[in-house]
Amino acid sequence: MGILSQPIGVIAEWLRNLLLGWGLSQGLTTVLLYLLGGAVVAILVQTWVIFLIWYERKLIGRIQDRLGPNRVGPYGLLQPFADFIKIMTKEVIVPSGADKPLYFWGPILMDAGVLMLWAVIPLMPMVGMDLNVAALYTIAVGGFATLGILLSGWSSNNKFALVSAIRTVAQMVSYEVPTVLALLIPVLLAGTMSLHGIVEAQHVWYIVFAPLAFVIYFLASVAENGRSPFDLMEAESEIVAGFHIEYSGMVFAIFYVADFLHAFTIGALAAVLFLGGWRGPGAESFPLLGFVYLWIKAFAVYFVGVWVRGTVPRVRVDQLMNFSWKFLTPVALILLVLTAVLDHFVFGLGAWARALSHLLMNVVVAVAVLRYLEHHEKVRASRRQMVAQPGQYPVARPPRPAVAENPTEAAS
Amino acid sequence: MIPLNWYLILAAALFSMGLFGVLSRRNAVAILMSVELMLNAVNINLLAFWRYRDPAHPVGMVFAVIVFAVAAAEVAVGLALFIAVYRRFNSVAADEINLLKW
Amino acid sequence: MTAMQIIFLLTAVVTLFSAFRVVTTPNMIHAALWLVTTLVGVAVLYVLLSASFLAVAQVVIYVGAIAILMMFVIMLTRREMRDHGPQIGKQWPWAAVLAVLFFGGVVWMVQSMSLAAAPAAEVPQTAIADLGKALVSPNGFVIPFEVASVLLLAALIGAVYVAWTRRHS
Repeated sequence: MGILSQPIGVIAEWLRNLLLGWGLSQGLTTVLLYLLGGAVVAILVQTWVIFLIWYERKLIGRIQDRLGPNRVGPYGLLQPFADFIKIMTKEVIVPSGADKPLYFWGPILMDAGVLMLWAVIPLMPMVGMDLNVAALYTIAVGGFATLGILLSGWSSNNKFALVSAIRTVAQMVSYEVPTVLALLIPVLLAGTMSLHGIVEAQHVWYIVFAPLAFVIYFLASVAENGRSPFDLMEAESEIVAGFHIEYSGMVFAIFYVADFLHAFTIGALAAVLFLGGWRGPGAESFPLLGFVYLWIKAFAVYFVGVWVRGTVPRVRVDQLMNFSWKFLTPVALILLVLTAVLDHFVFGLGAWARALSHLLMNVVVAVAVLRYLEHHEKVRASRRQMVAQPGQYPVARPPRPAVAENPTEAAS
Repeated sequence: MIPLNWYLILAAALFSMGLFGVLSRRNAVAILMSVELMLNAVNINLLAFWRYRDPAHPVGMVFAVIVFAVAAAEVAVGLALFIAVYRRFNSVAADEINLLKW
Repeated sequence: MTAMQIIFLLTAVVTLFSAFRVVTTPNMIHAALWLVTTLVGVAVLYVLLSASFLAVAQVVIYVGAIAILMMFVIMLTRREMRDHGPQIGKQWPWAAVLAVLFFGGVVWMVQSMSLAAAPAAEVPQTAIADLGKALVSPNGFVIPFEVASVLLLAALIGAVYVAWTRRHS
């Protein structure tokens, strides 16, 4: 097998022979190779965050009609390095009365919750763990991040941190439900929970099958990450940075990295589930090309995420909860049921016929939802109008005093 | 391979620690945590027997899934009750909630 | 000692130690976190038992929801930020004796049975699909499944009603 057609396989074989040559047993070699693979992926992905930070700051700057960082290095490319030097040299001030073990475990769990996701993302064909429950595993490790936030809020010995942590956990748990429901749609269409299997079943990308599911998955994942416009719980102007008030220095850097990495991981997962993962022209024969395709697709979804962040204002907490429970969850449920029913009938047709019938169903559901929202808004507007007319319907407020038609006439 | 009795002894140890917790802890939430330990021990037992006797049929897994559902329901209702009790007694210590004792 | 046995022993030690800390630590939040470690250890055991779906479901349900709910309730049901009063009741020696007797009895019973040293067969590839079909097929387990759904609905409604803040009229 040549280095181009199976790059990771060749490297793994060479390393295995090296370790066996040193006299280690088979079992130990396997364990060491797995650990090495995991460590390499984790380290590479965390160094990629450095580029993401620069990219996001430049893009947000351009969206806000300014230049973004451009002093440190050409086009500000060395800015994240400057940021990290600053953060590493800052003092880690542990608040008095804080629960020290919990204080340090909070950010670690949050970062672990994101890094563990990279274990199951299919980077190349035939590379990486093919876990047969990978789709549910992505939800499971989200639970660790939630636990980390609760720990950091509690252990900071700070009322604002605790309130913000509890609200953030409520937000994350609420948005897990539409995420799981939207995640079930590619699982249903592919017939397997394995992410490798889902990519291999996407001869036609699933975003053609179910664009509404993609939108729901993307929105719910962005909300679960706590990015703008859903960053009520951790924004500076809202609750003074929320659950990471008392964190400074390197422990804050862990939160920061986890946040950005999660945003990119959402892009990678959406690319795997809906945009065909590593699929593209020539990906089967040159796996590295598949990796490049996946990275481009993940970056495209991440770009949309940053675009949304820079454009849309922050959502209020009751709007946040209503959006999840009263909008995303029912729509995702209806979509799941209709997808299952429709797939039962059109399963035997060709790939494109199946795709187009699902697409039609999605368009119908989307149009129905939009019409329902319009109707609902009209009902609310008419109710507001009813209340605003004094004397005609029973209201709790006293009628407003009569105001002169022309103020200058009354004055003169 | 791992003999079956290792799993059973582990489950028994977990169950007896849960039993000790239920009988000796004062805080009601700690008692509930010990009940969760016991339920997990039962699940380990179920799955060990399923794996070692009859892995071709999903009966063991179905049983374990139903135990998950029951445990989740019990925790939800139990914790809601503790919150209601706390509002009335301002405490969740098991020996301070003794109005029904003669 | 094969690799699987070493992994099993490590997991067993971690799980049992965490369970011991759950029932003995006086700090309630620490008890909840030791419970999380125990539950994750049990999930690893499920993976060793080739029940991968149940392992992931265990983490989603227990760690992602139940443990967090318990931590919320611990935070909401304390008069001040610290735990006060002894956390172990007065009759704990009797409880310890009972637990040890129970454990001894079960171990003696297990050792007196002649149990398999290796699994009977391999888990089929379609185990998860079989589980799904068994849960919804009429000759399978659809009735316990539906009853469990009704139970969860009743628990949901009951929990919300019981914990609702009454407005004092």
